Amino acid sequence: MTIAETQKEIINDFALLEGDREMSVMYLMDLGEKLPAFPEEQRIDGNLVKGCQSKVWLVATLRKDRIYFSADSNTAITKGLVSLLIRIFNGHLPDEILDGELFFMNQIGMDRFIGTQRSNGFAAMIQRMKQYAKALKTTSGIQA
Amino acid sequence: MKTAVTAAELDIPSLRKAFPVLHQTVNGHPLVYFDNAATTQKPSAVINALVDYYRGYNANIHRGIHTLAEKATRAFEESRVAAQKFLGAREKEEIIFVRGVTEAINLVAQSLGSILLQPGDEILLSGMEHHSNIVPWQLVAELRGALIKVIPVTESGELDMAAFERSLSVKTKIVSVNHASNSLGTINPIETIIQKAHAVGAKVLIDGAQAAAHLEIDVQKLDCDFYCISGHKMYGPTGVGVLYGKRALLEQMPPYQGGGEMIKEVTFEKTTYNDIPYKFEAGTPNIADVIALKGAFDFINGLGKEAIRAHENKLLQYAVTRLTSVKGIRLIGTARDKVSVQSFLLEGIHPFDVGQLLDARGIAVRTGHHCTQPLMDRFGIDGTVRASFAVYNTEAEIDRLLEGLTRINSLHR
Repeated sequence: MTIAETQKEIINDFALLEGDREMSVMYLMDLGEKLPAFPEEQRIDGNLVKGCQSKVWLVATLRKDRIYFSADSNTAITKGLVSLLIRIFNGHLPDEILDGELFFMNQIGMDRFIGTQRSNGFAAMIQRMKQYAKALKTTSGIQA
Repeated sequence: MKTAVTAAELDIPSLRKAFPVLHQTVNGHPLVYFDNAATTQKPSAVINALVDYYRGYNANIHRGIHTLAEKATRAFEESRVAAQKFLGAREKEEIIFVRGVTEAINLVAQSLGSILLQPGDEILLSGMEHHSNIVPWQLVAELRGALIKVIPVTESGELDMAAFERSLSVKTKIVSVNHASNSLGTINPIETIIQKAHAVGAKVLIDGAQAAAHLEIDVQKLDCDFYCISGHKMYGPTGVGVLYGKRALLEQMPPYQGGGEMIKEVTFEKTTYNDIPYKFEAGTPNIADVIALKGAFDFINGLGKEAIRAHENKLLQYAVTRLTSVKGIRLIGTARDKVSVQSFLLEGIHPFDVGQLLDARGIAVRTGHHCTQPLMDRFGIDGTVRASFAVYNTEAEIDRLLEGLTRINSLHR
C-alpha cells in the first residue's frame, strides 16, 4: 500500500467515529496499545524525539532497502499518534518516506482533538522519521 | 431546621451569571472549569472596565493635562489605593504595579539582590516553589556569588519547619516562599517563617499568587518585606499584578528598569530617579489592566474572603471525599491546611491522557509539572492532574469530574 493509500484508510477509519472527540481519543489510545513491544535496550535518551512534551522513543532499521520504525511513549495518546505514522511509513523506501506528503491530519480533524502542544510534538515525530530516512538512504547506498 | 454557618452562604447560581465564559458548551458538554490555579475566569465588571477604558477614556497617564489623561490617571491611581487596601499596606506608595508575580520576584531579586547579597550569602527557598520563585533567585545568586538553600517538603506536602529553622543563620539574607502552593494547595505557615527569618536579619518575600483569591492578606500584620500577587489568578485581567514592598526597602533599592516615568531629571551626565512607586514603574504601564484590576478587588471584597473560603473549603472537602473513592487514584498534596487545589494521579494512565480525555467531556484541568519540577522530583513523579476550584464552582461540577474519571478507568483497562 502506498503512503497515500494508508492515509486514506486512516481517514476512513476515523470517519466511523463521526468526529466524536472522546471516541477519537480512545481509539488513538487503543491503536497505541497495539504497537509491538519496544526493545527495552532502545529506551535511551538518545532515541527520544526532541520537541515532544511527552516522552517518545523512536528508532528505525533498514531491511532490504526498506525502513521499519518502532516507537514507544510514556503517554497513551502520543503512542497512538506515533502508531499512525508507523502504519503509514513502515516498509517504504527511504525516498518514499522523504517525499511522502502527509494529508490525513486535517481530514481526521486531529488539531481539534489533540491540541496545539501535541500537534507540535507530532510535527517533531514526522521530522525525526524523515531524518532517519535520510540517514538510512545514505547507508543503504541507494541513489536518488 | 437551619444550621448555623460561620460566613454568609454565597448564592453561587447568581454569582455564576457574572462570568460570561462559564456559560458555554465545550466538545458538546457544559464547560466545567477546574483550572483556576492557572488563571481564573473574569466577571463582567472586570471585562467592562477594560472596554470602558478603551472606549471612553484611553489616554496615557500622569503628566497629561487634558481631560482624558486626567480621568485615566485618576482611575489608575484609584486601583493603587484599592490594591493598598486589599493587601493592608500602610501607604499607597508601597504598591508597585507589575506584570505579575513573575516580574515582581525578578524585580526584587535583581534590585534588592544588588545591594544586599555578598558572596557566600544565602537565599532560602522552599521545595514547593513555582519556577518563577526559583529561577530569578538563581540568576541573582550566580551574579552575586550567593547560594540557594531549600526547605524540604514532607510526604503530605507540608514544609519541614524543623529543617527550615536549622537552615536559618546569619548568612541567610533572603527568604522567599509562597503563601499557598500552586501544585499542592498547601497553605504555608508564613507568619512563623517571616518572624523566624527576621530574627536572623533576613528579608522575606511572599509569593501570594495562589493566596490572593482565597486567603486574608494583611501585609502589616504579617510584617513581610514583600508580597506579590497576579491579577489574572484572582478574577482580574492577565498581564497585571502588584508588588508590595516596605517603604524603607523600596527607597533603598535601585530601579529595576530605566525609562520614562521613573526619572526625576535626566542629563547625559547624571539621572535622578523618581520617588516610589514610580521609580519602579518605567515606561507606559498596563493602564487598562491596572484599572480593570480594581474590578477584581471589588468583586472579592464584595463576596468577602471568609465566605469565599467557606464555599471553596466545602468544595475541596467534597472533592477529596469523592476522589478517594476512585479506583487507582493517588492524591498528591494532603496537607491539613489547603486552598482549593487537588493534585492526583490515576494508576496506569499518564496525566496528559487523563487531561485530554476529560477535555473531551468539557472538563478543563491542568496536567503536567505545574512549573514545579523540583517538587515533582520530590514525589518521584513527572506531573499530576490538578483540579483547582474557584468561588463559582459547584459540587455538581465535581460530580462531573468524578464521572469523567470513572469513565476513563472503565474504558482504559
